[in-house]
Amino acid sequence: MEGELVQPAPEETPRDANPANVGLELFGYVGIEAVLDQMRIKTMKTGFEFNLMVVGQSGLGKSTMVNTLFKSKVSRKPTGPGYEERIPKTVQLQSITHVIEEKGVKMKLTVTDTPGFGDQINNENCWDPIIKYINEQYEKYLREEILISRKRKIPDTRVHSCVYFVPPTGHWLRPLDLEFMRRLSKIVNMVPVIAKADTLTLEERAEFKKRIQKDLKAHGISVYPQEDFDDNSDDRILNNKIRDKMPFAVVGADKEHQVNGKRILGRKTKWGIIEVENPAHCEFPLLRDLLIRSHLQDLKDITHNVHYESYRMQRLNESNRLALSPINGLLGKDEVESDL
Amino acid sequence: MASSEVTRQLQNDNCRPLSLSGHVGFDSLPDQLVNKSINQGFCFNILCIGETGIGKSTLIDTLFNTSFDDRVSTHFQPNVRLRAQTYELQESNVRLKLTIVNTVGFGDQINKEDSYQPIVDYIDAQFEAYLQEELKIKRSLYNYHDTRIHVCLYFISPTGHSLKTLDLLTMKNLDSKMNIIPVIAKADTISKTELQKFKIKLMSELVSNGVQIYQFPTDDETISKINATMNGHLPFAVVGSMEEMKVGNKMVKARQYPWGIVQVENENHCDFVKLREMLICTNMEDLREQTHARHYELYRRCKLEEMGFRDTGPENKPVSLQETYEAKRHEFFGELQRKEEEMRQMFVQRVKEKEAILKEAERELQAKFEHLKRLHQEERMKLEEKRKLLEDDMIAFNKRKAATELLQAQAFASTPSVTLKKDKDRKNFM
Repeated sequence: MEGELVQPAPEETPRDANPANVGLELFGYVGIEAVLDQMRIKTMKTGFEFNLMVVGQSGLGKSTMVNTLFKSKVSRKPTGPGYEERIPKTVQLQSITHVIEEKGVKMKLTVTDTPGFGDQINNENCWDPIIKYINEQYEKYLREEILISRKRKIPDTRVHSCVYFVPPTGHWLRPLDLEFMRRLSKIVNMVPVIAKADTLTLEERAEFKKRIQKDLKAHGISVYPQEDFDDNSDDRILNNKIRDKMPFAVVGADKEHQVNGKRILGRKTKWGIIEVENPAHCEFPLLRDLLIRSHLQDLKDITHNVHYESYRMQRLNESNRLALSPINGLLGKDEVESDL
Repeated sequence: MASSEVTRQLQNDNCRPLSLSGHVGFDSLPDQLVNKSINQGFCFNILCIGETGIGKSTLIDTLFNTSFDDRVSTHFQPNVRLRAQTYELQESNVRLKLTIVNTVGFGDQINKEDSYQPIVDYIDAQFEAYLQEELKIKRSLYNYHDTRIHVCLYFISPTGHSLKTLDLLTMKNLDSKMNIIPVIAKADTISKTELQKFKIKLMSELVSNGVQIYQFPTDDETISKINATMNGHLPFAVVGSMEEMKVGNKMVKARQYPWGIVQVENENHCDFVKLREMLICTNMEDLREQTHARHYELYRRCKLEEMGFRDTGPENKPVSLQETYEAKRHEFFGELQRKEEEMRQMFVQRVKEKEAILKEAERELQAKFEHLKRLHQEERMKLEEKRKLLEDDMIAFNKRKAATELLQAQAFASTPSVTLKKDKDRKNFM
């Protein structure tokens, strides 16, 4: 079979752009940039998916934070007095899914809560169920992707971001925090926040943050936005600014109060009203901007291109060894997970 | 998918719609996505199929308003080849990596049986490359330069009658592999009425032969109307030209004839503007998506089934896929080893042969040396003999000389007068 198919001659490969042809001048308007609008229309039609996980000890305000983030009753936790929340004996994972729409953009939001985390006396391995859950989502996606006839749009339940609530001790990160963050930051985008930051003064807050940053660095924990994934120098500058301020000191509130004649979300205490959306009071706006307004797509991309790929690589490499074992069919998921 | 379908589907997944009490801010999501895509850049690959000289390169130049490499090809190609070239275009902040694949020598051979096979092979090769990348364990899909053909412009000769058999056959073999948009080339050779009839004839032929050409999507309200109208104008009758002419008070791209000027961008003259509108401004993204979601998936499914994978029970999937994959890998590995062994054998053999040749040469050389040496010896011996003879001769001669001298001396001593007399006589004679 000679010559019918041009396995292209060296100067005509379709793979590398011929250097002489880089940056060809267009003599006039063609309309290529209309592809952006086309893309926009398409994505508005198909809608977006976003999966958030909140982890932290009970009472740190996780559910309230989620409600504040999405300005709706995403997690329905009764907040009146007299309600005793039973702390579960083991870490449970509860996922709630909602569809929210804003200005024509539809989003399927899934929030996974982790009651029972860090609440026991012996908290060893309390991160295992969480890791297992995250890997299960990757596994689900992998299975869909491997199918011969697969769906046009694979349902994405992978956790895109895990918000970890650090109790506002003001000192250092506790061993539990370090252990958890160390393990999880390898498989998911980890965003630590200082919960209930209204118990810290601004100076205490700054000190605490510095200590936490030092701690994280000392233990080699890379939180989102990870330095390795900065695309270009613009990104790096932007992300460096964010990294300087991490972890954000947040306050959550889902009740509105009257301040200066306006209705504002805030916490009312005897010594004043803490305005949640006021950057001088707390850093909630920064968290919201990071998670939703500016880096949501980036969170999803890193989950898909980095964390999912490394899971896939591990899994496929493993399967090669395990496939030869006499155990057929579904290898105990626990067996697989414990290796990871 | 219409928006109502989406909500219905989402609701079916047991999630409730929630109402927001304030501005959250995720309406910026499409913009975030668009920004990311701008950073990454876009890829678009066009395949032009048509006979030599029908105007493929000119049309592409006109479409993208720039001069690509214009190498004119001869009509004497022995078989059909594909020539691909990649260009990087930029318009405002959008970077487009455009790959244009041209068929060289299509329809030129006397026997056209194999004309479409190279094209099919090329398309399959691009799908295969993508599939290989996707199946890799360590892959980088988001960095991958996508070379799959997104759209095929099929150039139909403006005969005015009907489709050629070659065209029909080619399109039939390619319609399940990519999006085909047929265009009538050199449309300035057909009159308006003929064009109408030609278009109707072409479409009916395509339909009756079951050729699936690309239909512009009509499911999104914003563009469905215009797409539906355009669907009615298929195939587009186009004229391409990069030469500019003054018409009225503007410079327009046109072709000048003694009987008038055909303006490329005049909708009354040809459908070029429609083609550009549909191809680039309205449906580029859809073309890319169809290629990936429909044609590529079909190829992938067929290829994987061919390789022996099956979607058996849901529990067996990842493991059995990997098992078969592993088996295949072992197979390949075994073959690799075999090939290596073969090559090694060949190498050893060659070395042996070379050694033998060298030994042979050495022997010959040796033999020659011996021979020459022998000759030399013989010569030498001969010379020795000669010398001896010569010496013997010399000795004999010397002896005779000595003897003669002796005799002469005796004779001289005994008869001196005789000698004088002899001398006097001699003098008298002289």
